[in-house]
Amino acid sequence: MYKETILKKFEPRLDNILYILHELQDNNEQHYVSKEDLKLCADYLSVPYSFVHGVATFYTMFSLTPRGRNIIRLCDSPPCHLMGSGSLLDYLKNKLKIDVGETTKDGVFTLELTSCLGVCGVAPALMMNNATIGKLTPEKVDAILEERRKSL
Amino acid sequence: MNMVRNHVLISIDANTIIAGARAVEDALIKEIARQGLSQEIVVLETGSVGIEDQGVVLVVYPEGIYYTNITPAEVPELVEEHLLKGRVVHRLMLKETPKRFVITKEKTGLMKEQPRIVLKNCGFINPESIDEAIAADGYQAAAKALSSMKPDEIIAEVKHAGLTGRGGAAFPTGLKWEFASKVDNPVKYIVCNADEGEPGTFKDRLILEGDPHKLIESMIIGGYATGATKGFVYIRGEYELSIERLEKAIADARSYGLLGTNIFDSGFDFDITVMKGAGAYVCGEETALIESIEGKRGHPRNKPPYPITAGLWGKPTIVNNVETLSNIPEIILKGAENFKKYGTEKCSGTKVYTILGHVATPGLIETEMGTTLRDIIFEYGGGIKDGKRFKCALVGGAAGAFLGPDMLDVKMDFVNLREYAAALGSGAILVMDEDTDIVDMLKSVLHFFKHESCGHCVPCRLGTARLVELIDRIAASKGTSKDVEGLTRISETMKDTSFCPLGQSLILPVSSSLKYFKDEILARVQ
Amino acid sequence: MMIKATINKIEVEVEEGTTILEAARIVGFKIPTLCYNPDLKPEGSCGICVVEVEGAPAMKRACMTRLERGWKVHTNTAKVRKARKEIVELILSNHEMDCLVCVKNQSCELQHVASLVGINTLTYPRIEKKWAVDTTSPSIIRDQNKCILCGRCIQICSNIQTVNALTLDQRGFNTQISDAFNEGMGNSVCVNCGQCTVYCPVGALYEKSHTDKVWEALNDPDKHVVVQEAPAVRAMLGEEFGMETGTLVSGKMHAALRRMKFDAVFDTNFTADLTILEEGTEVVGRIKANKNIPLITSCSPGWVKFLETFYPHLIHLASTAKSPQAMFGTLSKTYYAELKGIPPEKIVSVSIMPCTAKKFEAERPELRSSGYQDVDYVLTTREIARMMKEAGIDLREMPDEPADDPLGEYTGAATIFGATGGVMEAALRSAYFLITGRELENIDILAVRGMTGIKEMEINIDGLALKVAVAHGLGNARILLDKVSAQLANEGKSEYHIIEVMACPGGCVGGGGQPWGSDMARRARRNETLFAEDRSLPLRRSHQNPSITAIYEKFLGHPNSEKSHHLLHTHYFKRSPVDGKVVSE
Repeated sequence: MYKETILKKFEPRLDNILYILHELQDNNEQHYVSKEDLKLCADYLSVPYSFVHGVATFYTMFSLTPRGRNIIRLCDSPPCHLMGSGSLLDYLKNKLKIDVGETTKDGVFTLELTSCLGVCGVAPALMMNNATIGKLTPEKVDAILEERRKSL
Repeated sequence: MNMVRNHVLISIDANTIIAGARAVEDALIKEIARQGLSQEIVVLETGSVGIEDQGVVLVVYPEGIYYTNITPAEVPELVEEHLLKGRVVHRLMLKETPKRFVITKEKTGLMKEQPRIVLKNCGFINPESIDEAIAADGYQAAAKALSSMKPDEIIAEVKHAGLTGRGGAAFPTGLKWEFASKVDNPVKYIVCNADEGEPGTFKDRLILEGDPHKLIESMIIGGYATGATKGFVYIRGEYELSIERLEKAIADARSYGLLGTNIFDSGFDFDITVMKGAGAYVCGEETALIESIEGKRGHPRNKPPYPITAGLWGKPTIVNNVETLSNIPEIILKGAENFKKYGTEKCSGTKVYTILGHVATPGLIETEMGTTLRDIIFEYGGGIKDGKRFKCALVGGAAGAFLGPDMLDVKMDFVNLREYAAALGSGAILVMDEDTDIVDMLKSVLHFFKHESCGHCVPCRLGTARLVELIDRIAASKGTSKDVEGLTRISETMKDTSFCPLGQSLILPVSSSLKYFKDEILARVQ
Repeated sequence: MMIKATINKIEVEVEEGTTILEAARIVGFKIPTLCYNPDLKPEGSCGICVVEVEGAPAMKRACMTRLERGWKVHTNTAKVRKARKEIVELILSNHEMDCLVCVKNQSCELQHVASLVGINTLTYPRIEKKWAVDTTSPSIIRDQNKCILCGRCIQICSNIQTVNALTLDQRGFNTQISDAFNEGMGNSVCVNCGQCTVYCPVGALYEKSHTDKVWEALNDPDKHVVVQEAPAVRAMLGEEFGMETGTLVSGKMHAALRRMKFDAVFDTNFTADLTILEEGTEVVGRIKANKNIPLITSCSPGWVKFLETFYPHLIHLASTAKSPQAMFGTLSKTYYAELKGIPPEKIVSVSIMPCTAKKFEAERPELRSSGYQDVDYVLTTREIARMMKEAGIDLREMPDEPADDPLGEYTGAATIFGATGGVMEAALRSAYFLITGRELENIDILAVRGMTGIKEMEINIDGLALKVAVAHGLGNARILLDKVSAQLANEGKSEYHIIEVMACPGGCVGGGGQPWGSDMARRARRNETLFAEDRSLPLRRSHQNPSITAIYEKFLGHPNSEKSHHLLHTHYFKRSPVDGKVVSE
């Protein structure tokens, strides 16, 4: 089972917890850390479930609820904000008909906000799954969404 | 190698990858082969060359011609014209090439050019090749330090150089190392803080992507000087390329014997582990970062005890920023005196800035400490975009201050800016033109802090929430002048009573925006 | 090493390592605190205790900052006072202020601090209520709308009790206290010990109240309401009426309950004596048979759930004797019902306990030997105090009255059940008799008393070297059980014969149902109260209790008889370490 393989990659030490959670989430079909994942991680590291829950919910890269097939993370930090990420957010919400933190009914997109991605030179920017995309315009957003839908 | 006529450097960093650098690289290699030039033309990957919004960037040496916004469609023409026929393609050429030196305006008004320190190799070497790093003086400083210097000599040199922490706190690095070296403990750690989260800052990422070996080398020297035999680099989880490149660099260094046991036959053992964050700005605070490495929620610890006496797993721990560390090899190799040629009396050396927002050419630059905001914006950033007027700049990230036109000619360094109730912070310079809505920007800053507050202490957890309520009301033109007063009152309380610097520093953007734009803000309330 | 500094210009000399808070007290300044608690590690989350130190850029938290040589500290500047006020106002802006109807009214530490720092206006509008109240637990209510996130509950639950039911969920403004997986405390490993409720400075954690049900029963002419009071309750009920900590109120308590119209006022101490007979006989039998040793006491329901959840492989070691509360519940609906000719379905059996876990115990489905739920309602010390006040009863004015027969008579051995080591001491007094047929002469067994986390002793009973250990607080229990577990695994036997465990630090006097602000120092004093009552009583050995002799003669036969086994013994379950639910028997 792939989860066992993930755990085995790391020594059962607490300082590996973020790595383990990252990998469990990355390999989860619904892109989240499930209750089962939390349990596995806690048992493997011999720490209480509550502890792992506390850690997993602290860091924004982890989601404890299932997400869509594609995760859009729009940067809303001041540099992107200055370059218009606010109106892009409205555009995305309208277009996808969801609010931040929600998933489209067809399960294709989840919309999230992120703090600075460190690509402010091409602000405004977003991450589509693991790819960072900058210099966004509504047209570019349309194209990105279209491309993702087509690749289903 | 003598056969090679041209080197083509392609910048592979987070920005250019976004723009499709990989596809261009493929096309380039194929086209060069197709035209039979593979023996004469070498394509090399490098990190960021400091151009941030011009798509895929190529640099052709020895001519030093920059091509920008390159797509695979342009590649055949470029290869045929420039690389085969030797004719520069002016249409694709960058007119104003980025400044590859540390440039300062002398009192006489003349420009002085000096070699770079931190970014010396960024954009020149292939960051994934340890041989190129070594060819560019990599690991020479470590060799010198470990084979011919005693730890206290290294510390004395760093102290004398006057290097201070570049993460924002500006604590003297040499002093920190000295304290650490004197703590009597067989186990010590050196941690590199690469949790670069200050909005608008991406210098550490570009250093990691462009010259990871310099960081490894610096940590070896730091470990040797302080007695730490284990290093950790804590990198933001979002910085995938940085993590990948650093991990490769560490593996290469290990295989070359530059990490591991008995480095340079000195009897000194040292190794480095990369730790990956998971999305928490507060982990940039050193004690929160330590908690996070230990695998906990990133809540800051009370100080004292400082990490230097009880840090990671209770052991003495030196925490240094990426940029700070990247200065070390130059100091060791060329001496403190050379380093002190740069900068001001109180702050020697250079500073790496990310310049962005409404400027003509956003990017990454390295300038001397004490360079004025005016020079940074107009000499390096190409002035305000679209010929508009300068309104202000948010300097030092979200935890920095808005600086208005009266600050354009102030010499910027860590000490001097403090006297103006501002901070150099992380070195992010977000430039805003005359059309910028300052309330909207302040709103963005305050929302950022509310989102990133760890929630441990009342002043920050509830202070940021109340500030957001106030600014939202003001921005919606539903506020009163009392709400504006509330901004000051709460941020003052946060400055005095917040548990860690995150909450304490919010006063800067609030008070500075009110200093310059009180009328504009008051005009929005009833 | 001693260091000198000044606080408000007054010179102070203290041991290095002393906090500013402690140093200030020495020179007469009481710096206000909120999240701080002397029993716990200071976390500095609230910031109320900030002070100015000359030359320091930001204020320092007095609770966690050590005074340094030569520091000039100011605890009462205009800036400090303003900051404290601001902080309290911020807290209040996020706090549901239904103070007059809050369970913590007048005992709330936030209320107290607000008055200390002089809050006279509310600057910020109150936020909308946004959290659902967690009512999933049979014992404890968690109301995030009042929580100030001081972190005390997590510390006591994780560090001291090592239950680790609670954690922080999310971060920043969205932070809340939650259980693992955020499915409610009733669906967690929470053992219902209620220490979190004792340490909560506000009304965010408190017992699930049974007072309305009890009032209803008392007002129902068709019901016969009987009441029992646990040993520890008599050592602190007085505190709720302004009496000195540690005042013994057994007689006043009986009188007050009678005036509240309970139909019969009995005493859990009676079944505590009975427990000793059952458990004592059980341990003697086990030692003789050399089986299931050590015997581990099972009177503390928080401990029992802890054992079932975290040491399921050791549940066979727990005494099968029911807890005194449960034995009483059964007898009230069997023995007493028969004796009085009252149909058991008309009997409402109420208990007054220092404990929140007893509410959980009462609801355990297997505790229905009478054919009905043996104990109907459980009131904590805090709840009964509220009810007495509601009834217009001032405990101080009550006469001393004895409990009713036949479930009211008790010995000194029973009353010390409320103190850590008390069950062990009582058991040894009777075990000696059960084994040798002679009375133990010196019955003050000091080695098992006191606040030391784990206490051990060896007692020689006619050549049998009996080794016993006592642990209080679940963190200590964990240490002891790990040791036993390892001994059993490695050597096939443990060095101990009897182990007493009480879930709460200090034993039942430190229970989760005790008056608010029950710190460790106060717990130690209450223990003394119980030992004092023990000394004052004519009979101090459980087997000497005439009512106990009577119940065996008339009803049960003899200890561990078949009838006893049917009515007074129980069994345990393996529980899931994920949600605390029963996995298997």
